[in-house]
Amino acid sequence: MDENKAIIPEQQQVSWLVTVQVSWAGIKRRFFRSLITMSGVVLAIAFLTYMQLQNVIVKGLIKADDQVLNVLLQKAGVDIYSGDSSDRMMLLLIILSLLACLVGIVNSMLMSVTERIKEIGTLKCLGALDGFIIRSYFIESSMQGVAGTALGCVIGLVVALSAALSNYGRYVFPNLAYGGVFLALLLSFLVGTMLSIVAAILPAYMAAKKQPVDAMRVEE
Amino acid sequence: MSEKNTTQKDDIIIRTHNITKVYVLGSVEKVYALRGISVEVRRGEYLSILGPSGSGKSTFFNMVGALDRPTEGHVMVDGYNLQTLNQKQLAWIRCHKMGYIFQQFNLIQTMTALENVALPRIFAGEKPEDAREQAAEILKVVGLGHRMTHLPSQVSGGQQQRIAIARALVNKPSIILADEPTGNLDLKTGEEIIALLGEMKERFGITIITATHDMKMLSASDTVVWIKDGRADRVAHKGEFNVSIGTIDGKTLA
Repeated sequence: MDENKAIIPEQQQVSWLVTVQVSWAGIKRRFFRSLITMSGVVLAIAFLTYMQLQNVIVKGLIKADDQVLNVLLQKAGVDIYSGDSSDRMMLLLIILSLLACLVGIVNSMLMSVTERIKEIGTLKCLGALDGFIIRSYFIESSMQGVAGTALGCVIGLVVALSAALSNYGRYVFPNLAYGGVFLALLLSFLVGTMLSIVAAILPAYMAAKKQPVDAMRVEE
Repeated sequence: MSEKNTTQKDDIIIRTHNITKVYVLGSVEKVYALRGISVEVRRGEYLSILGPSGSGKSTFFNMVGALDRPTEGHVMVDGYNLQTLNQKQLAWIRCHKMGYIFQQFNLIQTMTALENVALPRIFAGEKPEDAREQAAEILKVVGLGHRMTHLPSQVSGGQQQRIAIARALVNKPSIILADEPTGNLDLKTGEEIIALLGEMKERFGITIITATHDMKMLSASDTVVWIKDGRADRVAHKGEFNVSIGTIDGKTLA
């Protein structure tokens, strides 16, 4: 019973490949639960994308300064003469949609992790390292985040374009700033994937850092 | 246990030295869950920890199982002082030396019986296909060879606990820690689980430590420790405690 009997080895990290293999079984069987989590991301990103694209499209149309088009814009309720103040208004709306998106994504990802904190405690009892737990939640949340964000971007794009086409018809495409569209989609994509991953990993990391018994004590 | 300590030093697998656990509530109020417990457990012994809710029974159990750290004192497991180990070494101990069984079974719901049992092997560094092979063997030992591809929700409570026992055994641990293992099972199934635990103890020479209320488990025990108010109130060995139907006649003990 001497303390210096032998040095205890450190538990070795499970490889990424094996972590993917182990996580995949769970992801597959939690498919419908994942769809619900994903739909939170999809809706949030579709909204953010729509708001941004609407801004890009309308700005392009105002810039064209076509008489017929100006009438159409005013009919749609766009204030084409106020310049800066309407820019600020649009920016405010985009920031608001960004906040709504943030709350939506964090909420759905957080839920999907906190309902499994007890499971994290069990995994630690079986010899899982914190790294394994964080990696497996990274794998799952990045898959949900990327898929949900991509779908959200597509939906936002389709809705924004169809709304614009129904209001302004043939004027839309010639006056579209494709660079602006690309930037808007890029921002949506980054916000969606990053938020999904951070919102899942942070609570998983905090649970993994606990003593196993504290994690297992969490009520489901 | 300490009072019968005529055995060789090497036969002691767990020794707790004066462990205390204090929870600080708010800024001043302190709750003493454990007030200094020193016990020794021999290799291959079947030890039951008994005590009312709030006695510190679970806290003590968690300390011995390397699931929580004591405020003071230390726990020696198989010659290693748990207090001196880092998180990765503790994970190694939990993975290789301990097997855990819980009242709520704590199986991973999205994994099949086979995948659940293979997990500790994978954490120990085994290739997944080899891990599954070894898991299949141990599932046959606990009598679940025909339920390997079932999810926990598709089998009965008793079968879930058998999966949990297989999972606890698969890394060939020295110690099995069972927290109220029969608490969620009916009388007959509980008896079967106790019999299985006893059989595994004989077969693999494992030390079993249970926290329990179940009188059936007491009769299978070599040693019983009663915990009361955070102290080891009484320690009794097989033959020294009387188990009658429904109650324990503790007062007749010296």
